[in-house]
Amino acid sequence: MPVHTSRISPDSPEFRANREAMLALVEKLRGLQRRAVATSDRKADRFAARGQLTPRQRVAHLLDPGAPFLELHTMAGYLVDTEDPDASVPGASQITGIGTVAGTRCMVVANDAGINAGALSRAGGGKILRAQAIALENRLPMVMLVESAGANLLEYKVEQWAEGGRFFANMARLSAAGVPIVTVLHGSSTAGGAYMPGMSDVVIGVRGRGQAFLAGPPLLKAATGEVADAQDLGGVDMHASVSGLVEHVADDDADGIRIAREVIAAMGFGPPSHARLPGGDPPVLDPDELCGVVPPDYRTAYDVREVVARIVDGSRLVDVKPRYGPATVCLEAEVAGVPIGVIGNNGPIDNAGAHKATQFVQRCGQLGRPLVFLQNITGYMVGTDAERGGMIKNGSKMIQAVTTVDVPRFTFYIGASFGAGNYGMCGQGYDPRMQFSWPNARSGVMGAEQAATTMRIVAEERAARQGQEVDPGFLDAFAQQITDTYGAQEDAFVTSGRLLDDGMIDPRETRQVLISALATALEGDATPVNPLSFGVARP
Amino acid sequence: MTSALDTVLVANRGEIAMRVIRSARDAGYRTVAVYSDADANAPHVLAADDAVRLGPAPAAQSYLDVDAITAAACSTGAGLVHPGYGFLAENATFARACADAGLTFVGPSPEAIELMGDKAAAKRRMAEAGVPLLPGYQGTDDSDEILLAQAEAIGLPLMVKAAAGGGGKGMRLVTDAADLPDAIAAARREATNAFGDGTLILERALLRPRHVEIQVLADAHGHTIALGERDCSVQRRHQKVVEEAPSPALDPATRAAMQDAAVRAAADIGYVGAGTVEFLFDPTDGTFAFLEMNTRLQVEHPVTELVTGLDLVDWQLRIARGEHLDLSQDDVTMDGHAIEVRLYAEDVARGYLPQVGTVLAWQPPTGPGIRVDAGIVAGQAITPHYDPMLAKVIAHGRDRDDARRRLADALDRLVCLGVTTNRTFLAALLREPTFTAGEATTALLDEMDLTPPSPTAADLAAVVGWRHLRAMDTGGHPAGLQGWTNAVWLASPVRLQVGDEVVTGSVDAGDPTTVRIGDTAVVVSADPRGVQVDGRPLALVGVVDGDRLLVRLPHVDVDATDLTHAPPAAQDATGAGVLLAPMHGAVTAVPVEVGQQVAAGDPVVVVEAMKMEHVVRADVDGTVEEIAAVGDQVADRDVVARLAAAEG
Repeated sequence: MPVHTSRISPDSPEFRANREAMLALVEKLRGLQRRAVATSDRKADRFAARGQLTPRQRVAHLLDPGAPFLELHTMAGYLVDTEDPDASVPGASQITGIGTVAGTRCMVVANDAGINAGALSRAGGGKILRAQAIALENRLPMVMLVESAGANLLEYKVEQWAEGGRFFANMARLSAAGVPIVTVLHGSSTAGGAYMPGMSDVVIGVRGRGQAFLAGPPLLKAATGEVADAQDLGGVDMHASVSGLVEHVADDDADGIRIAREVIAAMGFGPPSHARLPGGDPPVLDPDELCGVVPPDYRTAYDVREVVARIVDGSRLVDVKPRYGPATVCLEAEVAGVPIGVIGNNGPIDNAGAHKATQFVQRCGQLGRPLVFLQNITGYMVGTDAERGGMIKNGSKMIQAVTTVDVPRFTFYIGASFGAGNYGMCGQGYDPRMQFSWPNARSGVMGAEQAATTMRIVAEERAARQGQEVDPGFLDAFAQQITDTYGAQEDAFVTSGRLLDDGMIDPRETRQVLISALATALEGDATPVNPLSFGVARP
Repeated sequence: MTSALDTVLVANRGEIAMRVIRSARDAGYRTVAVYSDADANAPHVLAADDAVRLGPAPAAQSYLDVDAITAAACSTGAGLVHPGYGFLAENATFARACADAGLTFVGPSPEAIELMGDKAAAKRRMAEAGVPLLPGYQGTDDSDEILLAQAEAIGLPLMVKAAAGGGGKGMRLVTDAADLPDAIAAARREATNAFGDGTLILERALLRPRHVEIQVLADAHGHTIALGERDCSVQRRHQKVVEEAPSPALDPATRAAMQDAAVRAAADIGYVGAGTVEFLFDPTDGTFAFLEMNTRLQVEHPVTELVTGLDLVDWQLRIARGEHLDLSQDDVTMDGHAIEVRLYAEDVARGYLPQVGTVLAWQPPTGPGIRVDAGIVAGQAITPHYDPMLAKVIAHGRDRDDARRRLADALDRLVCLGVTTNRTFLAALLREPTFTAGEATTALLDEMDLTPPSPTAADLAAVVGWRHLRAMDTGGHPAGLQGWTNAVWLASPVRLQVGDEVVTGSVDAGDPTTVRIGDTAVVVSADPRGVQVDGRPLALVGVVDGDRLLVRLPHVDVDATDLTHAPPAAQDATGAGVLLAPMHGAVTAVPVEVGQQVAAGDPVVVVEAMKMEHVVRADVDGTVEEIAAVGDQVADRDVVARLAAAEG
């Protein structure tokens, strides 16, 4: 496999300008991530005073030192909780990620009780649902570190309550699929939240802090008039000795996590050792240069091979049909020693590009090769020639192939992601195993200016049909409104805030994220499980 | 059929067995090792051509079993028996048993052993031979009354010694007449336990003498020469720690006089083989006095070998075969300087308490002038049954400072992990100005605290960082992902027990990683030399054994237990009134009984192990509720007594 010859000059003014712009976006990402940490840490003293670990300390204690940890959805809820970009706290008061616990790759979910007492917002709920879906699809045991006020009663939304039922349905599905769920009850788990331990396979309760009840003392008093002490009503000792909800009693948070680690270690869950990724050599071309390779404005063309060569093993790639449908780039390469197919865009997908991509996807399916989509796509080609050439039909075939191919698919939004281009390139609706955004990504049905211009033309034509004069000032304002509406939603920080990906990443870490995702998927597929039709019940 | 005189049985273990096997093999001998059950897979057993089991671990049932050893020699066709040092090396009965079995004992005659083994008789004989002596009492009547009277005549300070003694056992220094009765009782008890003979002698003590000894070599044909001196002044509790040749304190005239006296002593008793005549040398006036003669190969013989270029074990074997010692005194030349240190499994900070455990890593240093005589391998258990000396590290240089520098550096590089050793103590000693200046006397270690420092927070941070980098590589994580995270906050907590202390900190993901221990933060990154700490290389060698981290840093050994995922601490059993054994050993005296009232500080149990007696004292005023019995074998930190604390 040939090593890619780079045409990038790190000394060029373009490279430096690109890099500066991208690093500013990465710094914005890091700043927002740190904001969530700092907001939660404001309560650190209170946790310490209660003899508790903070939620992040719990996760750090749980994970094997030196093992990789892929945190997911750090931007979840950004600009959803409030529209003020300076006040919005991303993360949706949940911490989720894929990490190693006592040698076993797990999905870790921790309520960030330092923010809104770990209460579930709609974004937080979506984040946990997605963590469950990833766990189910990739056979990742779940470890839940629970301390949550439950649904936020002050921000009640009926649909959130209804959708919330899916948490517990998913837990039942996980258990039935043979993917265990281990829960440490660090604090309260009230009302709906009480089903979190109830639906878990193993529950470890922290004595004195953990509690679970369908109705806490205030609701109980409101409902029946009964006055009860919280520990008698749903304390860990009661659940361990009377109700049978709790398997193990821990002295404190650290002890609970110690027991969780022992429980996980004893499961012996995971793939056979021969299924581990073989491992590959790092790229020859420096991944740090990715920031300078990619222009901040997606309208500036560049060669996506320069990106791929900074992600894959040894910067080696085989260009498939480079002269046919050249704007659609299909590459064979290896990541961590695993042969993969990569599809990228050097321009809109034309008829030849769609043919090529369809064939390439099917070929990867034939070989069982995971597919990686690097989306920088403004759409399928339009125009008379394209239409006459069967663009609709050819694009459809590509979408069919991408949808149905039975190999793990991973999508990275590295630039533009517009219109049906998003679909053909395995966008959100096509359920890639995992999908991540670079901070410069933009997505939507079409570009904001394109949308504004389109709507302006439609308005002008309607006025012309009705024989009316149109005030150019009105048209300008109309177009601006459309530009703003589309523009405000296409930014990656917004789409990531709305959970349209599994997280925003530093472009320079794309290789590590891809290896994490590949390892999770391939080793998960190779993990033997013992499905049950009912799941593990707690009689 | 091999001739019996072509086979040597080595009646010893550890480094000296290895040492004897090496020279014997170099000379073409077939070698036979003997071993106890504790040593079944010990290096000396593997090094020999043949090996015979003697019995269970206790020395009395194995390495001290005369019949078993002579039987082993007979059954393996070994005509020569080399006793090494210690065990039966100075046991006339054994020498005689060898002769009776038709075996050649590699050493002097039973009579010479007997004479020099009795300190009192030896001194009387040496006085007659005109060898200078300190004032003292070596009379045959050694009742307490006579000793007390004689002590008054000799004057203070005074040394009470076991007549059969050696190696610091049964020896007490008395500087206050009031302590004399206790000292006599203790010395007699130790002597009885150690040698089966409670006979004591008295001797005027020099408070700051140098210990200088002369190596002699004598053939069976009446030719005796001296191979120069060894200076063994650096001692702790009368056990040698550092030995060197030549002595920095001797001028040529004194050396010649001392050699003359040593040759006269050996010749006078018809000594045959390698032996050592020990003298106390008073550096203030240049006088010296006969102390004792060791009728065996000494632990510290390598320094003489390095400066003379002679192989003493080879000469022992040649002399035992009846060869002529074809060297004149003038043929013996001294080249440069050699220094030896003894690596002990002991805790210097806890009063040199012998340590037991398993050696998990052993890497002897190498380099120009460096010699390591050792009998250990990684994985070997260090038991309480035998002497805690693990190895000798010896350096030869063109002059004293050259040898000293090489030796200290070799100690910095030596890796011995799993049991606490005196490695860093030895290195510190070699760099101590009094020693560097060549002015050390036997009082050096009593007058100077060279307790090695505990690991600092920065040391522990380096260890934690190293372990973290190691976990990244050994966790089976996909290549390129080791230690990687995209989380901006991930720092793994760490909680370590180091000695009696527990420290906490954290370690960031990745390489380099920031490690925090307490208020100290350092950046640790991978380095082929160990690790880099804040950008500078640190020669770190370590092993991870479950939750235990054992690490050699040049200046300190770290033995830490990772408590990060340990269950909450169990209720501590110790406290007022619960008395623990300070080490593995046997209970030799119980001066109190159940029901007896004791005051804090009263001796309650005496535990003897390896070389020393340790008194366990009451930690509260109270009543004895439970107590160990004489003869009990106790493990380190076993409860030996429980006291009910007095009310109020």
